[in-house]
Amino acid sequence: MTTLAISGLNVWFSTEDGPLHALKDVEFDVPERSIVGIVGESGCGKSTLINAILGLLADNGSIEGGSIQFEGAQDLVILGPKEMQDLRGPRISTVFQDPMGALNPVLTVGRQMVNIQYRDGGSTAEKRARAEEMLSLVRIPDAKAALDRYPHQFSGGMKQRIAIAMALMMKPALLIADEPTTALDATLEVATIELLKDLQEEIGCSVLFISHHLGVIAELCDEVVVMYAGEVVERGSVRQIFNDPRHPYTVRLLECDPARQTSRSRNLPTIPGEIPDLRQRPAGCVFAPRCHRVHAGCDQAQSLVEIGEGHAARCNLALEPQTAEATA
Amino acid sequence: MRRLLREPLGVFGLSLVVLVIFGAVFADLLSAYDPTRINPRVRFQGPSGDHLLGTDQLGRDLFSRVLYGGRIALFVALVSTAVSLVIGIVLGLIAGYGPRWLDNLMILLFDSMKSFPTVMLALALVTIMGPSLTAVMVVVVLVTVPGYARIIRTQTIAIKTSEFVTAAQSMGASNGRILFKHILPNVIGPLVILASMDIPVVIAIEAGMSFLGLGVRPPTPSWGSILNDGFSSIRDTAWIAIAGGLPIIITTLGFTFLGETLRDVFDPRLKGR
Amino acid sequence: MLAYTFKRLLLAVAIVSLAMFLLFCMIYTIPGDPAAVALGPRATDEMREALRIKMGLDQPIWVQFWNFFTGAWTGDLGNEVLSDRPVLDVVLEQLPYTLALIAGGISWSVALGIPLGCWAAVSRGSVADRIVGVISVAVIAVPSFVIAIYALLIFAVTLRWLPAIGAGEPGDLSDQLVHLILPSLAVGLGWVGYIARMVRASMLEVLEASHIRTARAFGLPHRMITYRYALTIAILPTITLLGVGIGQMLSSAVFAEIVFARPGVGKLVYDAILTRNFPVVTGAVLVTTVLFVLLNLLADLLVGALDPRVRSSF
Repeated sequence: MTTLAISGLNVWFSTEDGPLHALKDVEFDVPERSIVGIVGESGCGKSTLINAILGLLADNGSIEGGSIQFEGAQDLVILGPKEMQDLRGPRISTVFQDPMGALNPVLTVGRQMVNIQYRDGGSTAEKRARAEEMLSLVRIPDAKAALDRYPHQFSGGMKQRIAIAMALMMKPALLIADEPTTALDATLEVATIELLKDLQEEIGCSVLFISHHLGVIAELCDEVVVMYAGEVVERGSVRQIFNDPRHPYTVRLLECDPARQTSRSRNLPTIPGEIPDLRQRPAGCVFAPRCHRVHAGCDQAQSLVEIGEGHAARCNLALEPQTAEATA
Repeated sequence: MRRLLREPLGVFGLSLVVLVIFGAVFADLLSAYDPTRINPRVRFQGPSGDHLLGTDQLGRDLFSRVLYGGRIALFVALVSTAVSLVIGIVLGLIAGYGPRWLDNLMILLFDSMKSFPTVMLALALVTIMGPSLTAVMVVVVLVTVPGYARIIRTQTIAIKTSEFVTAAQSMGASNGRILFKHILPNVIGPLVILASMDIPVVIAIEAGMSFLGLGVRPPTPSWGSILNDGFSSIRDTAWIAIAGGLPIIITTLGFTFLGETLRDVFDPRLKGR
Repeated sequence: MLAYTFKRLLLAVAIVSLAMFLLFCMIYTIPGDPAAVALGPRATDEMREALRIKMGLDQPIWVQFWNFFTGAWTGDLGNEVLSDRPVLDVVLEQLPYTLALIAGGISWSVALGIPLGCWAAVSRGSVADRIVGVISVAVIAVPSFVIAIYALLIFAVTLRWLPAIGAGEPGDLSDQLVHLILPSLAVGLGWVGYIARMVRASMLEVLEASHIRTARAFGLPHRMITYRYALTIAILPTITLLGVGIGQMLSSAVFAEIVFARPGVGKLVYDAILTRNFPVVTGAVLVTTVLFVLLNLLADLLVGALDPRVRSSF
């Protein structure tokens, strides 16, 4: 069974300068008990995708067609706000990027963790015990005392572990992790990733892991979805994507991976050019203006080309292996 | 200006302001009576065709008193705001451009000036100076100057360190030249908007002090003193109090709505001040 | 926190001292003989001279200032001209009435302003939001004494719902509260506008914060997010705002006390001016200044106590 099956998802925003096509024909699955990574530059539609799944799109955004099947039973696109709210937390939970701001500054950690369990019966003492158990699980020292402290009294890494504890407390079927380690330094990053993987195995949930750190993706994920300008340009297993990329954008992205560079930097080195204005999408391939292999066929709309088992790329050259010298 | 006319609230405010100014400017044409002429035969008359807003305890026509009262209010607002602006600019430039200790001292001074509740300040001043229009204007100046000086100071400090001032300095421009040629033109915009938003405050101070008998001396008509006349006999002749209060409400609302809209249209940064 | 309190306290002392200095300058540099002012035109030269010596006006200016300054700090604000009672006693006697009036004004403004601002923020851009915005601006613009007189006219004189004058029977709390309704409304109505605007603005800011997104992502109920996660943060700046607003409320209180014939510091000063009771005026102005600075300080410390972030950063 697939935990999450997204197909033909389109999201539009109405802006002052006209409608903006933020997500176009997004299509991928998150199989049960697997970790799927999403990579892409900022502005590729990752946040919009998360908000669409969570039913938290801004007021000017709307889903125009497509479906988001959750656990094969419910289509999140047509679900009402009340039903969506019931799913958020117990079934689908989220860890956000910014550990500094993700927790409410004027409520104690314990209070916030008790509030999350508001749907469950039972006494506050029971809920606190559950919260304490989760905090110990993410290795917060002196978990009992930690419950009565405020978020600002913890370090960034600890706050992120608390956020993970909160997200997994309800044993969700799907955890969305939105760049959970980007704001942390390297050692903490590794520790947090390992913790996440351990907990995922223990709880048996699926994870949708968003990051632009390819090393983390390669280490943690089973499958990878590469997004560019609101489109899925390539998807496949980690092995397929990293060893046999078929979309020129993926190739460029891998070249820019900090792990493969001599100097380490937190930002992804850029690919020349910019993401196109999504209010005026090109008729053909959306990556064409920046592509090093652009040719006559690129002014036609591209479809996902099936390359192998679970491996597909949105490029008419997808069936030709990408050679290193073409990118030089 | 076109954007202002697109905002219904701004248009409403503008029309109230125009109405008040029109009434004050053409007071002698619009009213058939001398605002200070006492006529005991028509004391305490309710509104009628002869006396649109009725008459007061001395038989004076309230409509003409309201119109002439508008002259006083607008005169005080214009003159004292202008004086405040000049003083505020000078003090603000000195604080912002001068040495650090002077700046700190002046900030402390502005803060403690603001810590006097306005009415207490007015009462203390009038005790010494006696009630007069001048006392009203001194109060207005004392109340509004710290605000102007502060904004000028902040902007001056921001601009002082900017490149074009440094460039002018390196080319040997004098301090005075830098102040008036380079800094002043850059700070004047937000200041004018702030001053226009202070006009209702000024009008409230004039009316309030006149209401307490600390401002304009009788028999000169002022909205505040009309309100006071009405207050003395509020149980029997409510129209006098209404006639005194309405122009204050109309004017303060008009200037406020206009000022708010102006600020939103021209300088959204000032929002929330 | 202790260091912060100390720093704020020091600043408060500095501001009060400076206010005293300014007040002194105002009294003694502006032309006019305080003794002559106090005694009125019918006094003889000998009487004036006697009072001048009693008030210390014959001494050099810096001695006068030092006496005034040290006296003021030790609570000696001089004696009332007529009854020769200490000014401080006279002022402190009236202070509770004024404080009650201001407390009432704050109650009105908080009770109406916070829900209105919150409502406007939650229904941002709607007709309700626009209406709350216009009402807020309007009540800020209209001077409190006009509100006081119109409230008196409507609710006390015409409708006869509420008493028009006085502070109520001493000892009868409910009667005193009934007498407080209209005057405190006149004092607090403008602040309904300030608070509604402030709460709306800070609420909109808080609702954008990422911890609110987290709360939504955990499916917390809308009401819990709005009131317990957002509003608790959004009301913190209003405490500071109220602290600053105390000065304006003191001003409004003077008018409210006069219009509704209530006892209080404002009425005291007003009557003192009419009777040329000069030391009372100075004393009352100083007491209210100290009060203002203290309440301001209190507001700052209150924010520190309520906001765990501020609490630990000092």
